This record gives sequence, structure tokens and C-alpha cells, in this order.
Amino acid sequence: MTSQKIVLHFPRKIVNQPVIWTLIKEYDLECSILKANITPSEEGLMVLELKGNNDNYKLGIDFLTELGLKIQPLSQDIIRNKERCIDCGVCIPVCPAGALEADPETRKVSFNDSKCVVCEFCVQVCPFKAMEVRFE
Amino acid sequence: MAKTIQEINEKIKKNKACVFTAEEIIQYVEKNGIKRAAQEVDVVTTGTFGPMCSSGAFLNFGHSSPRMKIQKAWLNDVHAYGALAACDVYIGATEIPDDDPANKIHPGKFSYGGGHVIEDLIAGRDVFLRATSYGTDCYPRKKLETYINIKELNQAFLLNPRNSYQNYNVAVNKSERVIYTYLGILQPNIGNANYSSAGQLSPLLNDPYYRTIGIGTKIFLGGAVGYVSWQGTQHNPTAKRDKGGVPVEGAGTICVTGDMKQMSTRYIRAVSMIGYGVSLSVGLGIPIPIIDEEMMKFVSVKDEDISATVVDYSSAYPNREPDIVTRVNYRDLRSGTVTIEGQSVPTASLSSYSLAKEIAQNLKTWIENGSLLLSEKVESLPGAESGQTFKPLEIREKGGDTDD
Repeated sequence: MTSQKIVLHFPRKIVNQPVIWTLIKEYDLECSILKANITPSEEGLMVLELKGNNDNYKLGIDFLTELGLKIQPLSQDIIRNKERCIDCGVCIPVCPAGALEADPETRKVSFNDSKCVVCEFCVQVCPFKAMEVRFE
Repeated sequence: MAKTIQEINEKIKKNKACVFTAEEIIQYVEKNGIKRAAQEVDVVTTGTFGPMCSSGAFLNFGHSSPRMKIQKAWLNDVHAYGALAACDVYIGATEIPDDDPANKIHPGKFSYGGGHVIEDLIAGRDVFLRATSYGTDCYPRKKLETYINIKELNQAFLLNPRNSYQNYNVAVNKSERVIYTYLGILQPNIGNANYSSAGQLSPLLNDPYYRTIGIGTKIFLGGAVGYVSWQGTQHNPTAKRDKGGVPVEGAGTICVTGDMKQMSTRYIRAVSMIGYGVSLSVGLGIPIPIIDEEMMKFVSVKDEDISATVVDYSSAYPNREPDIVTRVNYRDLRSGTVTIEGQSVPTASLSSYSLAKEIAQNLKTWIENGSLLLSEKVESLPGAESGQTFKPLEIREKGGDTDD
């Protein structure tokens, strides 16, 4: 079983294709769409949690790659700027994924990017602009 | 055995002063007792770092040629008050650009404002100055556009009329919708509780009756040496206190001044509060001389002994109703969850405990290496005996009655 959160960049020419439908029907993969911004005739972006048995997962990824989608692991996309962060913890209660935590002793905030679902709530609420979105 | 500040300063000059932070002293007193600690320890350092909206900067640009009596000025498009002498302005931390949509598209982002101008200046970045005036015989120029840099200014100093609040509210939201406040986003049905105090490290909570902190007290301000210049606005020494004398709600405040040219953006940072506005986080610390056992007792206060008042920011606060939800202590607040009305509520602090600690530690180092001597206050802040309160504004007709 493989389960991973990935970011898909859709080139303009395939924005109209039923990519998720194919992943589910043809490759028997579980798809949880965490975020999607796909507009006809423009480049699109989707954050997806993809789950299935190892063979199907690999075939699914191959299918996406052949279609011309750019795939990257999710973890690179929200970055905590440690210079700007003052460990106030305002972001913690708004994080739906539990990716932000404060150490009970030191109150220092830590960011567990493997739990992050890139909802960007923390980016909006951070008074110090310490949470940054980066798409490469 | 009482000590004078002069005696403590003599020890500091010889690098022999015994200094603890307000966090370290707690354990030391628990182990050694008040009496022995008061004999051995000379200074306890405090610190706080949090948004302090009542902050701003006086700037003097020097005279242009031809001269100009600056009437209105903008720094990076943020309005600065210019109705002072020719080339003085005051820029407030919470000012936003004239064309900022504010909360018209709710919640507003408030991505740039007065606090950011102050941070840009301290960071040494060039800032765009635009100014207008009506022109006089002695000041003929009517328009000016140029870049300024803190290095070139004659003076740049913070004058913050209300900083370092002695205790503060804990904000919750009892309504059904998300609200956006100066204490952050509050989730409905008491979904979270936000506070803003350094608790046991906070300067005025370690000197609850202002015995050593007064006008003229030398302090850490934004990474540099600053001074307490006056009582702060809304200074309320008669606020409710617990039996140890510690206020359980917003009480004393101080007005502080310091040279921005010496400050660092590690300890002065702009703040953008979604749906609320712009502010400035100020790092401030005060050394407290241990002049007697009573002071040692005060500085050994710990988070669990300091209560804060929980207030509903969806109704009671905006409508200025006196209702409170409950009281909680800072140990529980800092643990990450508190119990309010039977439910477990996650907490967050707008004020950074880790930076508060760092500031207290910096002050400790300055004193230990002899680079900071303590100052005697030249005048006391109004104390509990003054009867001074924090009065509300009653909306009335001209000549009409007030409650007084």
C-alpha cells in the first residue's frame, strides 16, 4: 500500500481531461482532493492525496507523467520561515491537519510538513508572514 | 537587608552583580527561599515581545532646499502626521495606506502599514517620502518626493504611548461565526482562546505595585537601551488584583522611548492581523533591582499564580459589557489547552514567550558584563493608592451629564 500527498501541475492542453476519473476507474486509486485550482484553457494545480496498492500507485503515476503532468511531493510547498516566526502559536488552532504544534516546555512551534494539506490557513493568519507558499 | 540601586550599580561595574531572569529566579527561590535569594541576587530581568498597537515613531528629515513646512506626509504611501514643526512627523504603527481596501473585502489582509514602515526603517531600507504643503514665505516648497534612510535622518525614535500592559484579556468567541480580532482569529463556540502576555516574565507583573519601575527607568527597547518616559495611556493601577497584589486584568501601562537607530528588527517587527489591521510587535525588557525581600517575593511570581480574565470578543468586549467568561492562569494557558465552560479549548499567545525569554537573557548579559547600569526612577507611576481608574467614554450632548 502506498499513500502520498502530491502536487499536480496541469498543462493547459489537458485541463479538460478527466484525470481523476481515470485514476479511480482504471487504476483503483483512492483520491482525496485537498485543493484544486483548475480553470479551462489555463494551467491548473491540484493537491491530491493518492492511495492504493503499490503496483496500481506506480501505474497511476506513470499515467499522469505520460499525460504531461508535472508531479512533485507536497511537502515542499508550505515553508515556515524560522527567521520571521516568533513562536506565538496563532497558527496552531486554525490548522485542520494538526501539522503545527507547540512544544509544551519551550512553546517553540514546529511544523510537520508531512501532515500539511496546503490549505494555507496558516499563511493567512500568521501576523508575521512567517508561513510562505512556494510553488516551484 | 535592603540594597540601594547605587550599591547594585557598584557591583555591576565590578562585574560582580548576581543576575537572574524572571524565569530562572522561580526555581532559585523555591530552593533557597525568599530571604536568602534577596540577599544573594541583585537584579532580576524581565521581558516581553508582543503586538503593541500604541506605538509609533518620531522622525526628523532635515530641511530640503528650498525649505518646506511639511503639512501632510506619506512614507511608502502610509500617512504620517506632519502637523508639527517643519520637518518632524509621527508615524503610528496602525496606520494603513489611504487606498488600502481595509475590511471592505472581509477579512482584509492589511499587508502593509505604519508598523511595516517602522520595520523597514530599522532594517535600513530606503523608504519613499511624499509630502505636501501650502507654502509660506519662509517655507516656499509645496511638494516633495524623495527616498529617505534611517542613517540620514537627524532623529528617529520610538515613542510608544502604551506598551507592556500589566496583564491582558484572554479572548474567546461565543458566537456561531468566525471573528477576526486584534487577538487573532477566534473560532465559534469557544473554539480557541488567544492571549497576549509573557506571564511570569512580563515586566509589570514582576513589579506589580511599580516600586522600582517608574519614569526614567532604563529598559531594553527593540534591542537598544530605552527609557520609561511617562505612565502609559489607560494606566489603571486600581484594576482588580489577587491576594498577592497581581492584577487579574489589564492594569498598569508604560509610555516608552528609545533610539530606533540602535534597534534591531529581531525585536521590532510589523504585524498584519487578518480582518483587523496593522500593528507593531515590540520587544521590551526591564531589569528589576532586588532592593529588599518584598521585591524578591514579587519577582518570584510564577505563571500558575497569575490569572487572566477570559472575555467574549463576539459580544461582551465590542459592546463594552462587564461580563466575563471565567478566569484562567498562565500555566494552563501556556500548556496549550485550558478548560472553559467545561470544554477543553486550544490556546495561542500573540506574545512570544521564547523571545520574551531571549530579551530577559540579553538584559542579564548586558548587566553581567557591566554594559548596563540600572537607573533610579525619577518619579513614580500612579499607584493603587492614587485612585486613578480607566474611565470609559460616555457619548453625551454638549454640557450634558456624565456619570461623574
